Amino acid sequence: MSIVTVQLGQCGNQIGHEVFNALCSDIRGTHGLCSKKENESYHDSCKERFFCEEESGVPVARAVLVDMEPKVISQTLSMAARSGHWKYNHQSHFCQKQGSGNNWANGYSVHGPRHKESIMNLVQREAEKCDRLGGFFTIMSMAGGTGSGLGAFVTQCLRDAFPTSFILNHVIWPYGTGEVIVQNYNSVLTLSHLYQSSDALLVHENDVIHQICAQLMNIKQISFRDVNQVIAHQLGSVFQPTHTAGGGSDYSRNPLGDLMETLVPHPEFKMLGLRNIPQMPENSLAYSTFSWPGLIKHLRQMLIANAKMEEGIDWQVRPPHPGCSIPSSHSTNKPLHFNTSIANLVILRGKDVHSVDLGSFRDPSLYTSWLNPQDAFNAWKTPRAFNKYEKSAALVSNSQFLLKPLDGIVGKAWNMFASKAYIHQYTKFGIQEEDFLDCFTTLEQVISSYTNL
Amino acid sequence: MTQSVVVQVGQCGNQVGCRFWDLALREHAAVNKKGIYDEALSSFFRNVDTRSGANGPDIYKGKICSLKARALLIDMEEGVVNEILQGPLRDVFDSKQLITDVSGSGNNWAVGHKMYGDQYRENIVQKLRKTAEHCDCLQCFFIIHSMGGGTGSGLGTFVLNLLEDEFPEVYRFVTSVYPSGEDDVITSPYNSVLAMKELNEHADCVLPIENESLFDIVNKIHQMINSGKLGSTVKQNSLVTSSAGSAKTLQEKPFDAMNNIVANLLLNLTSSARFEGSLNMDLNEITMNLVPFPRLHYLVSSLTPLYTLADVNVPPRRLDQMFSDAFSRDHQLIQADPKHNLYLACALLLRGNVQVSDLRRNIERLKPSLHFVSWNQEGWKTGLCSVPPVGHSHSLLALANNTCVKPTFIELKDRFMKLYKKKAHLHHYLQVDGMEQSCFSEAISSLSDLIEEYNELDATKSGPRIDPSRLKIA
Repeated sequence: MSIVTVQLGQCGNQIGHEVFNALCSDIRGTHGLCSKKENESYHDSCKERFFCEEESGVPVARAVLVDMEPKVISQTLSMAARSGHWKYNHQSHFCQKQGSGNNWANGYSVHGPRHKESIMNLVQREAEKCDRLGGFFTIMSMAGGTGSGLGAFVTQCLRDAFPTSFILNHVIWPYGTGEVIVQNYNSVLTLSHLYQSSDALLVHENDVIHQICAQLMNIKQISFRDVNQVIAHQLGSVFQPTHTAGGGSDYSRNPLGDLMETLVPHPEFKMLGLRNIPQMPENSLAYSTFSWPGLIKHLRQMLIANAKMEEGIDWQVRPPHPGCSIPSSHSTNKPLHFNTSIANLVILRGKDVHSVDLGSFRDPSLYTSWLNPQDAFNAWKTPRAFNKYEKSAALVSNSQFLLKPLDGIVGKAWNMFASKAYIHQYTKFGIQEEDFLDCFTTLEQVISSYTNL
Repeated sequence: MTQSVVVQVGQCGNQVGCRFWDLALREHAAVNKKGIYDEALSSFFRNVDTRSGANGPDIYKGKICSLKARALLIDMEEGVVNEILQGPLRDVFDSKQLITDVSGSGNNWAVGHKMYGDQYRENIVQKLRKTAEHCDCLQCFFIIHSMGGGTGSGLGTFVLNLLEDEFPEVYRFVTSVYPSGEDDVITSPYNSVLAMKELNEHADCVLPIENESLFDIVNKIHQMINSGKLGSTVKQNSLVTSSAGSAKTLQEKPFDAMNNIVANLLLNLTSSARFEGSLNMDLNEITMNLVPFPRLHYLVSSLTPLYTLADVNVPPRRLDQMFSDAFSRDHQLIQADPKHNLYLACALLLRGNVQVSDLRRNIERLKPSLHFVSWNQEGWKTGLCSVPPVGHSHSLLALANNTCVKPTFIELKDRFMKLYKKKAHLHHYLQVDGMEQSCFSEAISSLSDLIEEYNELDATKSGPRIDPSRLKIA
């Protein structure tokens, strides 16, 4: 089944480009570390999912590029074409001249309706090219105007036009100390709207990825390109082909569907966090060896202690004892920062995957009580190594990972809303104070639901 | 890609404008090696096929034939505009873009606004429409004028009004040169306050400039160069005051260096809209992020670095120095000290080889020493443009919406009241058709209200921070 990617705004397009780059370079690489047959099967599956063939033999990404101003799209198209290994369909883009001015209302209420037909036509065309449509993957930031506002509108349109297809929104959360001053407003508006039409939100926070670049990848002068490449690597580690349990020897054909099924049992809980281990500079890879038990142990602790990466994990955090309703430390009598999960998915790639013991992830104390432990945890595996890492593990988690950041964003937005600052910029384009209040209410509900897990 | 039109009004406006066009050509020449008319060029210039005469059709792609500025030059005396038309930039302007008269406005806002406004309204509208027609997607009007005189101040604000009426969707950015205390035009306080009312009501964004600050910057640069403290030589074309490499080859006139600073301000402001970068910052994003309440749209600007040394390797320490300088009092283009006042919002536009980590590091470093209003503690808008200005490897433009503009306005009000109380020179204004005493009282009241708004914000600076309580969910 194929996934159609919709890249929205500057961020969406810049990241989308890195994702296709990462996918392509992974399948072209010779470090699969598996049998030839396995490798070919992987190659074909990835191709089917993300690319379509053209006569020239150069794979064409199944993507629609949308932006309200032309600079980024034209750069993205030409960079991809220059690589020689893949490219975009040069018809599959839509852009305008003036941009959205970081104004969510402009993206949602003005650009959305105005350009709905043109954009949806492009999406329809890409969807028709798929033998079987597996769903939509949209990439957007929530801080700006186009990715956020127009992105929310387009997601709604996708839901209306394709009511039975899966929609996964990849949302980038901006740096806490400001890229855009009205980013918190734009974020609140985006998240509350996406919650209505999307199946799940897969989140990356710029601050977190920046830390990974600084501490794990040892990059001195970190650029957005570096950040985007780490994000692309993490996404690739989730979406490259795998075998699901009980799927037999073929690669899974419905990645988005499987993801939703395992991770989103209830529509109130759609926020998915992503962790990937190990992460290191490419030139260190040759000198490192990994053991599965070590990787699994770290990944599990990252989950329960809500660590953003494999350094600086708080090993003191432990799951609560069964029978004890509130986890707390005996000595200091304060609640430990234990991250409760609804459902988790671990994806393992590389050597000896079948021997890995994932029992520690099936521990019922990690989860809320309302799912059966065997339903709350799933694992996907493939012996084919990803992106030169001999062994790598990814965790997609529906848990309290994003609770604190979400609460932070809503708090700051509320603070600004109370002073009515910048509201005139939104009312100018049709978003009124009542609309803001509705969005705040939706998100406070989400925060409350996740807090009470 | 969008286009912008520059409307330069009065002597000051035209002189600054002239430097702007000169430096814009220089910047594009440095970037555009192949001589192809590209989108970046089209934001400020038309490409006209002049082979069949001066009125040839516009060419939208391909080689550059003849570049024409998207500009309107307005002055009620001929001297300045004539000089421009006889100078090296004469081919950049089209005779149809000029509106001139002979006798000037006599440093009288009423003459500029009411008399000439009425007289030239049709003409101005018609010419504006023409320039707009040549634009594929017109985003912004830049008005350049001074506040203290008659034409720039009076007619300039009349044009501002006109733009709002005729082109309500297009942004209006106004670069206003405010008179200094020792201004030799006696009625400059009247002119400025009357103009301020118009700016309050009709501009989207105002970039106030004070000659004193420009003068101080020019002096500082001269001192640095002449003192020999800089070990290696300074790159001449990197001076923010320099015309080196531009079309102007004659002896520099006294205000040229100062005007170049303002020209560079406008170039840097629009750089991220014209050129690519990893985090674009368009003009509509500037108004969106820096104007939290409609009337508080006065932005204090600073440009760094003022010059580049000839040695190529710039260690990060120099980069960090650039950030520190942007917040220092002597780099601001008005006499103001943003560091010791309250920030409502701040924008940083970086050009050249600067990455997001440099930006983050410096924001973290400088944040503790700056005061932000309680509802906008992380009020930073940032942009990264890959193309540096001529002669530099990187540069920074900082725009601050900060209560430090208040003293400038208070002084203006005081100088106004000094004259107004005695009704000095009022008759010159009141004898102009359409001008009444109420114009004065409304203007001063508008200014007072603005000052009061800033006062209220300042009052929150020292108080305790009480966050409003969140919504409760049942």
